[in-house]
Amino acid sequence: MSAVFEQIFQVGFLAAIIRIATPLAFATLGEMFSERAGVLNLGIEGIMLLSAMTGFTATSLSGSLWLGILVAVLTGMLMGALHALFTVALGLSQHVCGIGVTLFSSGLAYFLYRLIFGQQSVPPSIKGFETLPIPVLSSIPVLGPAVFNQFALVYMAILAIPLAAFVLYRTPWGLSVRMVGENPRAADSAGVSVIGTRFQAVILGGALMGLAGAFLSMAQFNAFTFGVVSGRGWVAIALVVFGRWDPWRSAGAALLFAFVDALQLRMQASGLGHIPYEAFLMLPFIFTIVAMAVMSRNAVAPSALLKPFRREER
Amino acid sequence: MPAPLIEMRGITKRFGAVKANEAVDLSVAPGEILGLLGENGAGKTTLMNVLFGAYAPDAGEILIQGQPVRIASSADALAAGIGMVHQHFHLAPRLTVLENLLIGIPGRSGRIDRAGGLARLAEIGRQHGLTLDPNLPVSALSVGEQQRLEIVKALFRGARLLILDEPTAVLAPTEVDGLFSALRSMAAQGLGIIFISHKLNEVRALTHRCTVLRHGRVAGRVDDPANTTSAAMAQLMCGHEIVPPARGPSTPGAAVLTLDGISTSQHSGTALRDVSLAVRAGEILGIAGVSGNGQRALAEVISGVRLPDAGQMTIAGQKVSGYSPREVQALGLGRIPEDRMTTGLVTNLPLADSMVLPRIGTAAFSSRGLLKPDAIRAFAEAQIKAYDIRCPGPMTRAGALSGGNLQKALLARELAFDPKVLIVSQPTRGLDIGAARFIHEKFLDMRGKGCGIIVIGEDLEELLVLCDRIAVMYEGRIVGTLDSADATVARLGLMMTGAEGHS
Repeated sequence: MSAVFEQIFQVGFLAAIIRIATPLAFATLGEMFSERAGVLNLGIEGIMLLSAMTGFTATSLSGSLWLGILVAVLTGMLMGALHALFTVALGLSQHVCGIGVTLFSSGLAYFLYRLIFGQQSVPPSIKGFETLPIPVLSSIPVLGPAVFNQFALVYMAILAIPLAAFVLYRTPWGLSVRMVGENPRAADSAGVSVIGTRFQAVILGGALMGLAGAFLSMAQFNAFTFGVVSGRGWVAIALVVFGRWDPWRSAGAALLFAFVDALQLRMQASGLGHIPYEAFLMLPFIFTIVAMAVMSRNAVAPSALLKPFRREER
Repeated sequence: MPAPLIEMRGITKRFGAVKANEAVDLSVAPGEILGLLGENGAGKTTLMNVLFGAYAPDAGEILIQGQPVRIASSADALAAGIGMVHQHFHLAPRLTVLENLLIGIPGRSGRIDRAGGLARLAEIGRQHGLTLDPNLPVSALSVGEQQRLEIVKALFRGARLLILDEPTAVLAPTEVDGLFSALRSMAAQGLGIIFISHKLNEVRALTHRCTVLRHGRVAGRVDDPANTTSAAMAQLMCGHEIVPPARGPSTPGAAVLTLDGISTSQHSGTALRDVSLAVRAGEILGIAGVSGNGQRALAEVISGVRLPDAGQMTIAGQKVSGYSPREVQALGLGRIPEDRMTTGLVTNLPLADSMVLPRIGTAAFSSRGLLKPDAIRAFAEAQIKAYDIRCPGPMTRAGALSGGNLQKALLARELAFDPKVLIVSQPTRGLDIGAARFIHEKFLDMRGKGCGIIVIGEDLEELLVLCDRIAVMYEGRIVGTLDSADATVARLGLMMTGAEGHS
C-alpha cells in the first residue's frame, strides 16, 4: 500500500492538480460573474467546447498560439453576448436559452471542425503551450516545479482569482454587478443600467469560459476532440454554488475538485487491484455531489438570479 | 413666495385608452413640503414616476428652477437633483448600508470610494439626525432604518427635491415622529419635499400645501392644510362627502372565542406570553400594538396555523384541540390574513379557485375527490355580484385585481359561510377611503348579526371608529384592554410602548 501512496504523492501530483484546476478555475470564475449579475449561463459547456475548437483551429491555421487564445476568448464573448441577448435583452428563460446555447455551440463546433479538417484517420494536433518556468520561484523545492513551472495560462488563472475578487468587491462596476444580481430595481433607480451591466458580466463570463476551453485544446491535450470538455462546464456550475458565488471560495472549490480528479487518475494508474477504472472516474463527481450536499445547504444564491428585469413592469 | 424648485405643467400620461394623468400642474418651492393627496388609482404614483423618469409623459413639460428639462430615466432625474423614496424599498438586502449608498457612484481611481462615502454619510447623519451603521447588511435593519437609508441615499446623490411615496404606511407611530422631524429639518435647509399619502391627519400635521388628485386630474389645492378639516380634504379626494360609519350600540352575547393563558415558542417572530382574551358575539375587539409585538403569532394561533405551547382556546364554546386550519374553520372561524397576496390567495390561479380554496374539500365544491367546477364558478359569480368586486369575471387571475377588490373577495369568501368569529389583520391597509368604508360597513353588519370580530391593526383611528373594545399588545403580552369610549390615540399610544393600562 505504501508503494501506491508514494506513487500518488509525488511532485508531479501537485503539478497535475494545478493543471486540472486551471480550466475549472477560469470556467468557475466566468460562471460566477454571470450568476452574480443574475444570469445563469448553462451555455458554459458548449461555449467551452466551441472556444476550444476555434482556438485550436486558429492556432492550427496560423501557427500562433496567442492568436488562438484571442480567437477563443472572442468566441466566448460572442456566445456570452448571444446568451445575454436572449436572457437579458429579451428576458427569456435562462434555463432553456442556456441549454440552447450549449446545443448550438456544440453542434457548431463539430460542424466547423469537420468542415475545416475533414475526417482524418489521425486527428490533427498542434504544438501547444510549453511550460514557462519562472526564474528563482521555480527552484523552490516541491512547490517550485509544481506551481512555477507551468503554462502561461496557469499563471493567468492564478492571477485571475485575486483580480476577480478585486473587481467584484472593490470597484464600482463590481458593486453594480452584485446589485443587479440582488435587486435590479435598486440599481435601476440609482441610475445604473441593469441591462448593460448584465450584458457586460455575461460577456466577461463568456471570455473566461473561452479561456477555459482554449486551455484544454491548446495546453492540456494539444488537439481538439469531441470529448475535450466532457462535463467540465457542468462541474463549474456546481463549483460556483459550492463556492457560494465568491471568487476565492469558487477557486478553492476548483482546486479541491482538481485534487480528487488528480487522485483518481493516479489511482487508475497505480492499478489498484481489480477495480474497474470507471469506478475511479466517478470519484470526482461523487465528491462534488457529497460536498455540495454537506457544504452548500446554507448557500444563498443572488436574489435576482434567473429573474429577467423589465423596467415598465409594476 | 420663492421661485419654484420644480414645476410640472400640463402633464398628461395615457396607458392605452386610460388617462392616468390629465393636464396636471404641480409646483414645489425650496423649503416647501407639498402634500400629494388622492385615492388609489388617482394617478399620484404615475405622476411621480413621470417626474422620476420612469414614464415619458404624452404631453406637458417639467421645469427645474425655471429651466425646461427632459427626464427620460432615473439617471436623468438623479442628475436633475430629484430623489425618490419608493413605497417598496429599492435596496439589496445582502449588501451593506454603505454598498447600497455607493451603487451608481463613480469610484476614485477605479475603486469604490469607501472613505468618501463614510464621510458623506456621517455628514448627512449630523445634518438631519439620520444615523446609520454603514457596515451592517441591509437585511439587519428595521423597516424604519431601511427607509432612513433610502432618504440618505437620495441626499447622498445631492437631491434637492425628495419624493416620498406613502412613507408612513410601514412605520410605527414613534418612527413617524422621527421621520417628520427629519423631513422638517431638510425643508428648513431649503430642500423641496413631495409627501404622498392618504392619511389626512399626517398631511395636515406635516405639509405646507397640498395638491389633490382625482381620476388623474387636479381636483383642488389646499393652501393651509393645518387649518383645513380632514373632512374637507376627503371630500376633495373622493368628490363626495364621506361619512364615517356609525357604530350603533350593541348588546354582546356569550363569548364566541376565548383564549386562556396562551403561550407560544419563539420559533419565528415575537412569542406570545400568557395571552388571555375573549370576544363575545356581536362585538368587535381591536388588537392594537406596534407591529412585531406578537400580533402575527396571535393571528396564527387563532387561525390554527401555529400550535401554542400552553393554554387553551375555545371557539363557540368548543375546545380547540388540534390547531389545524380545518378544525378552527369547522368550528366557525373565518380569517382574513394580513398579506392578501401571499397567504390570502393564489395570485396565479383564477379568482374563483382562490375564493373556494379554504373549503375546497367540502361537499359544496367537490365530491368523491373531484371538483365541481360549475358550483365553484357559480359561487364566485354570486360573490362578485354581491360584493361589487370589479373584475372581468371569476376566471380572472386573482393577482390582477386591485387591493380593494382583493380584500372584498377575501371578505366575501369568509362571510359567505356565516362565521361565528372572524379574525382580520390590517383590514384596510393600502385601501382607499371608499374601499375601506365598504369593508368597515361589512364588519358592522356582521357585528349586528352576532358575529364576534377581532381586528388586528396599527391604525389607531380606524380601531377607535370600528371597535367596541381595544386590547393593546406589547412584547407578546396583552398590557391592557380599554372600552373604546374611554380610549384615545394618546392613551393607546402610551400603552403600545409597554405602559400598563387599566382593564
